Amino acid sequence: MSALRIAPDAKVMLKHGAGGRAMRELIQQVFIGDAQPPADGGIGLAAMDDGAAIRAGGQWLVMTTDSYVIKPAFFPGGDIGRLAVSGTVNDLSMMGATDVAALTCAVIIEEGFPRADLERIAASISAACAEAGATIVTGDTKVMGRGEIDGIALNTAGVAFTRRVIPDCGLRPGDKLIVTGTIGDHGLAVMARRHSLDLQGDLRSDVAPLNGLIRRAIEAGGEQLIAMKDPTRGGLASTLHEMAHKSNVGIVLEASRVPISASVQAAGELLGIDPMHAANEGKAVIAVRPGAEDRVLAALRSHSYGRHAAVVAVCVAERPGFVILDTGFGRRLLAEPEGELLPRIC
Amino acid sequence: MNDAGRNAMQFRDPARAAQMASLLERLVGEIGREPVSVMHVCGSHEQAIARFGLRAIFPRALEVIMGPGCPVCVTDMPEVDEAVALAEDGIRIATYGDMLRVPGTARSLADAQAAGAKVDVVYSVTQAQQLAAKLDEELVFFASGFETTAVATAAVLLGSPPPNFSILSAHKYIPPVMEIVAEMPHTRVEGFLAAGHAATITGCAIFERFVERHRIPVVVAGFEPLDILAGLAKLLELVRDRRPEVANMYPRCVTREGNRRAQEVLWKVFRPVGGRWRGIAHVPNGNLRLRDEFARFDARRRFKIDVSRLWDYAPPSLAHSCICGDIMAGIASPSSCSLFGKQCEPDNPVGACMVSTEGTCRIWHQYGGQLDLRDKDERA
Repeated sequence: MSALRIAPDAKVMLKHGAGGRAMRELIQQVFIGDAQPPADGGIGLAAMDDGAAIRAGGQWLVMTTDSYVIKPAFFPGGDIGRLAVSGTVNDLSMMGATDVAALTCAVIIEEGFPRADLERIAASISAACAEAGATIVTGDTKVMGRGEIDGIALNTAGVAFTRRVIPDCGLRPGDKLIVTGTIGDHGLAVMARRHSLDLQGDLRSDVAPLNGLIRRAIEAGGEQLIAMKDPTRGGLASTLHEMAHKSNVGIVLEASRVPISASVQAAGELLGIDPMHAANEGKAVIAVRPGAEDRVLAALRSHSYGRHAAVVAVCVAERPGFVILDTGFGRRLLAEPEGELLPRIC
Repeated sequence: MNDAGRNAMQFRDPARAAQMASLLERLVGEIGREPVSVMHVCGSHEQAIARFGLRAIFPRALEVIMGPGCPVCVTDMPEVDEAVALAEDGIRIATYGDMLRVPGTARSLADAQAAGAKVDVVYSVTQAQQLAAKLDEELVFFASGFETTAVATAAVLLGSPPPNFSILSAHKYIPPVMEIVAEMPHTRVEGFLAAGHAATITGCAIFERFVERHRIPVVVAGFEPLDILAGLAKLLELVRDRRPEVANMYPRCVTREGNRRAQEVLWKVFRPVGGRWRGIAHVPNGNLRLRDEFARFDARRRFKIDVSRLWDYAPPSLAHSCICGDIMAGIASPSSCSLFGKQCEPDNPVGACMVSTEGTCRIWHQYGGQLDLRDKDERA
């Protein structure tokens, strides 16, 4: 994007945090600028990957950080504590680093926040750490005045070592893309709760640390597993766009193969929200070379978080940078979500 | 999944859709001319066509054009100006979210809001009425929508709305604009696909006089993929056989007479008057205005609205390249607009078609920007 479009009085808008093109442009223009990739062949800021990789002797130190704000802090299937641990563990895992060496956790609390809620969040952080085999080794606590922050915000950072770093690019025509389970669960569960929509069915967030699941996929796929990314904000649509764009391939997504639960499907229809645009917090998109998909799929399905894993898309040479959706009726381009998802209420 | 959900799924069977697509191909072949052009007049039809990728399975020789089917898009600048002028005079305005960014002559309601005017977004006329009941000041509901939405507005006025509540009607009536499009000198439209939900109210008999006068068939169709494909197949059959008739392909919802009670409510409160539709033309009987009996709820008669101060302005520099008018009249498509997806995006719309979720440009943008992948990629 040309710098000419930016007005001198430009403001940061909500869409700049929504995980789509606007956010990538903002990060590119404001933070990355002309930053160069690390000289040791590692992964730095400019790669805009899930985390960084720094050479440490014969292996790689992978490092990532993320901040968490969510309304409501407690939602069906999880809370901000489980989210903060899972999000960071998953970012490390997406780089191939599934053995978490350590986590940090900083918390900023609004004056008047119920202590019982804070304890509930702390218990949830511990439970998620235990599940991921991770430990929080240092932290920070701040309290701000009423109205200066909305309830609570968490930040976690994580480090892990790995012999092989897996990027989110390097796809070639013919490569297959796997999603590790049903999509849209987190986004629609939170949205239904946020708007107090009394929807039938069991809408629950999928928030979970995925390092155990991803370890099995990497063991099964070996060198044939080439890229991974977790479809959080912006959903499956944004993740596939980013992968198509970074690898300069086209991606053909088959709608009928994408696992979507009946309650997510129904809630999506009702709210006018495409589950492919809704966030996931316990899913990964995994790219493998052709021929490796069956054994990676079998490994994923052997884990409770991967039971519904499916091959959903294939890379093609046509239309590099675009995602083509085969709806079962016909093909069209899949647009990237822009801005906050808002339910249609009519 | 509930019954409604299961029912909807019956009309989303890809295998049957593929059969319908070959039927369409055969019918176009039998007509033996290229292209065969038909028009639908409903944003919800375009939404479904785009979402399910149906354009990619329409025969190449079949042109399915979206006509003036977005009530927000056809709201004319002077109507927006009236709302802006009221808002700038300090009157509180309530309206649908889509209406906020529709450009007026100089400013939109969103501009007025940013400058401090009181503008509330509501999801229904009932919500606007409830809001008025809680306030000590005047509240004007800037009402847009076709006859389907106008019935809801009418029902509220027939109840007992609070005395501080009034209506600035930009409601539009679809049947007359079909006459305009059919009579356009260069029209290529050989048949109309009419909107199923509007017809549940008007009934499909409303199209009989139109068909007689213009000798063009009209098919009422629903909004699931198979509804649309079946509607198009019926339309092509009527074109092939040179049978200008009205056909009801949405019988699970639509009757010949329609919803009599709703029609009574509509015409008790509104009368049809002529007026401009943005981008189209002056449409005789195309605007719905309040009858004299409801003058006390008519913002146009309740307030002195002076829009003249809005006329002294410099037009935005991009506006002259906007082809929304041609798009709404069905003679151009978003892909032939130089602004589409570049300077004109949902976040920063130049024309009305990019503002409303019912607008052609907005729909195309939402579903990837190029609806028939057999076409050359204009952006490559």
